[in-house]
Amino acid sequence: MKNKNNKPHYQFRRMAILSVFALAIAGLFWRALDMQVINRPFFKQQGDARHLRVVPVSAHRGDIYDRNGEPLAISTPVDSVWANPKEIKNDLHRVTEIAKTLKINAQHLKNKLVKNSNREFVYILRQVSPDIGEKVKALSIPGIYLQREYKRYYPAGEVTSHVIGFANVDDKGQEGLELAYDDWLSGEPGSKRVIRDRLGQVIDDVERISAAEPGKSVRLSIDRRIQYLAYQSLKSAVKKQKAIAGSAVVLDVQSGEVLAMVNQPSFNANDRSQLKPGVYRNRSVTDVFEPGSTMKPFTVAAALETGRWHPKDNVHTEPGYYKVQGSMIKDIRNYGKINLEEIILKSSNVGISKVALSLDKEQQLDMYMKLGFGVNSGSGFPGERNGNLRSMRLSEFERATMSFGYGLSVTPLQLARAYSAIAANGVLYPVSFLHRDEPIEGEQVMSEATAKKVRRMMERVVSPEGTANKASIANYRVAGKTGTMHKFISGGYAKDRYLSVFAGMAPASNPRLVMVVMINEPRNGQHFGGLVAAPVFSKVISGALRLLDIPPDNLKYTMNPLEKNSTKNVAEKLDQNSRQKIINAKGKSA
Amino acid sequence: MIWIIIALLVVAVMGSAIGVIYSKHQTRKIFVNLQKIYKQIDDLDIEWGQLQLEQSAWSSHGRIEKIARKKLQMTLPKANEIIYIKQ
Repeated sequence: MKNKNNKPHYQFRRMAILSVFALAIAGLFWRALDMQVINRPFFKQQGDARHLRVVPVSAHRGDIYDRNGEPLAISTPVDSVWANPKEIKNDLHRVTEIAKTLKINAQHLKNKLVKNSNREFVYILRQVSPDIGEKVKALSIPGIYLQREYKRYYPAGEVTSHVIGFANVDDKGQEGLELAYDDWLSGEPGSKRVIRDRLGQVIDDVERISAAEPGKSVRLSIDRRIQYLAYQSLKSAVKKQKAIAGSAVVLDVQSGEVLAMVNQPSFNANDRSQLKPGVYRNRSVTDVFEPGSTMKPFTVAAALETGRWHPKDNVHTEPGYYKVQGSMIKDIRNYGKINLEEIILKSSNVGISKVALSLDKEQQLDMYMKLGFGVNSGSGFPGERNGNLRSMRLSEFERATMSFGYGLSVTPLQLARAYSAIAANGVLYPVSFLHRDEPIEGEQVMSEATAKKVRRMMERVVSPEGTANKASIANYRVAGKTGTMHKFISGGYAKDRYLSVFAGMAPASNPRLVMVVMINEPRNGQHFGGLVAAPVFSKVISGALRLLDIPPDNLKYTMNPLEKNSTKNVAEKLDQNSRQKIINAKGKSA
Repeated sequence: MIWIIIALLVVAVMGSAIGVIYSKHQTRKIFVNLQKIYKQIDDLDIEWGQLQLEQSAWSSHGRIEKIARKKLQMTLPKANEIIYIKQ
């Protein structure tokens, strides 16, 4: 370093450069301090906003089961494909790939994305199966996302569609029990935070902010097997009779549970294109009709309750018509002198009118009211009608017509419920669409003796001498009543349009099932309730009795298995095409 | 003396740093596992739904009735063909 002393000392220059460096370092320090300490929350938030995102987690909607645990409505996970048109702008050429995967029109989709290019959320296709969702994800196109949703399936389809109703694409109940129990069925959606990459794809879950609360499931009172039977039988009857509509309701006598409820025409809730207003109306609870002759047993019950009438008391119905306050009540022919039992058997309007007018107005109407006519059945079904029962300012004539079911209106469910009171020895239970585990308290609306007497009368209706022999079921005693009503259309009763009704119960000795069948406007020549509606009853209830293992109460022939050659005897008897037999395992003839 | 304390503190700091790294690693591993399980739940859910649907399709009453009647030639026994065994 010889030159050391020769070099000039640029003291000032050195200081200047050093201070510039010092300033730069101070600046850097300040910037670091600013970002790391003072403004840290702001920058963190900005950073998170660019890659963290809170997304909703849809909740599983509760399933609906029948009384035996068979599924009637279930939700399965599906994916909905949506796009953020703002992000996809630069990749519009890839839209064709998505369209191809989803099998939708590419041009259509492109237009949709362009049209909504200032939005941030557009559904491309909702509710695709998870494997198609996977394929869309594999395309990894920026701005295309999947959202987990649940799709509702109705395994029994059109068989249960009126009762179950349906939920919309957003999993909200729209009709039927899906609507009635929506709060119970629908879950609470949760949310989670996720990390997105540069392309906006979700790459990782960070945390679950709140877990999705799944909805609770519902166990209905419906028995899917009986429901199917009722559906098939009603459908073929409506078709055969060329009728415009029909309804059928089966109730469990001892609990008021609805075992089956079907209507025609029906629809399949799985196919949304079939959801046209009107077709999904549950006619069994939303449509009212005049009950006609099916009302007569209740009038008779009111008469028996007074104690002034007995089943064998006679009424004169000659000459086949009866003038009340200048208006005429007619029978189809002159029945002459008949007793109370025969009034039901032959369905005499004149007879029942005379019986009704022999009662006080209160005695007659109280019975109707106690049986639930004109008031809600308590089923909680959305859109249920109350029917109409007028009790104020009734003329004698109106009271007489009410006794045979004109001038008041009921729903098929109400009628079935009223019949269940006769079946349950006079106890009326609230109806329910939910399975009941415990017995429920009913209300005694008529004495047990009265109920039994009325049932006895109605058994004769189903016997060969009555109007509804087609409702009979082999080996079981059946009680019931037919009704054939002229339809009330604007201006009066139509001469050639009918409602055919049958209401019945079995086994009559200790009824377990009540069923009402209503066929609206049969147009195939027949219109009597005993010919049109009664066969449906027989078909459904005979099947239901078998399915529910209800023992027969009308076996005519018994035999003792401990007898010598009993098996052989039985076989012989079978070969001879003989009647029914009981083998009593304990050796006693039953 | 002071050097010993400093050395101990250094060791402690290092130790806790390693501990942080380790626990973070564990958290990640468990989280990844959790995600896997969530995915599994999801997949099982999908499968369960599909199986339920499949089962109800196979066991639909219409189908069973058709097979019983057409293929297996089954009929409901008539009233006079039934023997009731009563206890």
